[in-house]
Amino acid sequence: MEDRRAALPAELVDHNALVGPYPFRRLPDPTPERLVADLERLGIARAWVGHVPSIYYRDVAAGNDELLRWLAPHRSRLLPVPAVNPAYAGWEREIERARAEGCPAVRTYPAHYGFDAAGAEMKALAARCADLDLQLVLTVRIEDGRQRHRLDVAGDLLGADVRAAVRAHRGLRLVVTNADRGFVEEVHFGSTPGEAARLHWDISWLWGPPDDQLAALYRTVGRDRFVFGTHFPFRLPEAALTKLALAG
Amino acid sequence: MNLAPAAGPLVDVHAHFLHKRCGRSDWADRNASRLAAGARIGITVHLASILGSFGHSSPTYFPSPEDVSAGNEAMRAIVRTHPGLVGGYVTVNPNYTDHALAEIERGLAEGMVGVKLAASRRASDALLDPVAALAAERGVPVLQHVWQRRVREVPNQEISDALDLGELAARHGGAHFILAHIGGGGDWAHSLRALASVPNVWVDLSGSGVDRGMLELCLECVGAERLLWGTDLTMDTGWAKLRALETMGLDDEALEGIRWKTAARLFRLSL
Repeated sequence: MEDRRAALPAELVDHNALVGPYPFRRLPDPTPERLVADLERLGIARAWVGHVPSIYYRDVAAGNDELLRWLAPHRSRLLPVPAVNPAYAGWEREIERARAEGCPAVRTYPAHYGFDAAGAEMKALAARCADLDLQLVLTVRIEDGRQRHRLDVAGDLLGADVRAAVRAHRGLRLVVTNADRGFVEEVHFGSTPGEAARLHWDISWLWGPPDDQLAALYRTVGRDRFVFGTHFPFRLPEAALTKLALAG
Repeated sequence: MNLAPAAGPLVDVHAHFLHKRCGRSDWADRNASRLAAGARIGITVHLASILGSFGHSSPTYFPSPEDVSAGNEAMRAIVRTHPGLVGGYVTVNPNYTDHALAEIERGLAEGMVGVKLAASRRASDALLDPVAALAAERGVPVLQHVWQRRVREVPNQEISDALDLGELAARHGGAHFILAHIGGGGDWAHSLRALASVPNVWVDLSGSGVDRGMLELCLECVGAERLLWGTDLTMDTGWAKLRALETMGLDDEALEGIRWKTAARLFRLSL
């Protein structure tokens, strides 16, 4: 039987992984060790890794402490992506720490942290990310809206939030995770070519055949706008590989 | 990960095709895409339905009798075009009892292998009884669209959940029911807990949801013997769940059951 692994990119980097427990349902083994094992099993080279509890903490510094400690034994494959809440005291120190730790990016969650993606906090965060050459990861949704716990009330990001973020500083580079097809199209074609060139989208929420959403977006938005992402530990990482294989 | 096509029989118990009355200019492309992806994945039988006009001339989940008939006719034509590769469900709207029963009779006479209930009437409603009774009499399974845990009304469908389907299954012990797309949205854990002791309801694994932990709970609550593999509208996620199942320590018999043997028995397929 033909082995089609050769059809996949030579080195896959997961841009949408996290570790840690989730308050609204049990995630099986959401640990760095399990993530490394899955990367190895599936042929994924490395992962950008955030910290699930930091989505819900007020003081994300404590979550970043935990993330950096957890990932320390695995830094050759797991690159920490700390959380930054620009509406909370001390956020500048967290972003400086991310730079000092060699992190590729930081994550922020406007809907969970309660700040306006078009407001002053985002502008300040965007400027600091650009100055320090850190990418900024925005997450449209954590879980499918049809299955959320009744206390999980933070809204999805809007396309307007991402458009505002990319306009906040012309040096900011964004990775947007868990966006669906309509969201990608809205923001891509609602941005200037210069703005769109600073946006990357992970593939976690884009579907394959028979609608062929990812293949269609490759044609309309451009293959180079998309990065590999699994949304571990929420989702089966196999799904990112099967959709890549089916997108051609 | 091995991305070679699956070896041996593989039955997709939850597929859909489009037709020219769906109001989509790309309907033939989407059908071709399903078949091409199926070949890539290794699907040897697509068991499919057409839900009326899929919203073009009546709502997807409340299809008019005219659209139900047109969709079923289109489904039969696709089955005839791909003998052995595609099998068909008869879609019915149980609010039109006489029409629903006539459609089932006609479809089964022309080789359809199951009954598809969308979300036109809550699964626990008495209007589903004649449909379930006829399916039991003819020995064909009923695939029931559900929302995994009904907590409120939602637009454009009269949603049912596993508890509702369990009520129907209890009234029709001789019928075989399939709870649709455990990954199709909602609280899948609720469905699986609800079905743990309902022996005549099987669970199809289709849907866009690929939550970690879902397959483990499927095995814990209903067991491999009541699981059926499927894709619905996202074939990539169906394939991912198939590959994940292969890493969970199941023996060959259990895996083959999920892949095709249980479906072959329920739908009386010669594979």
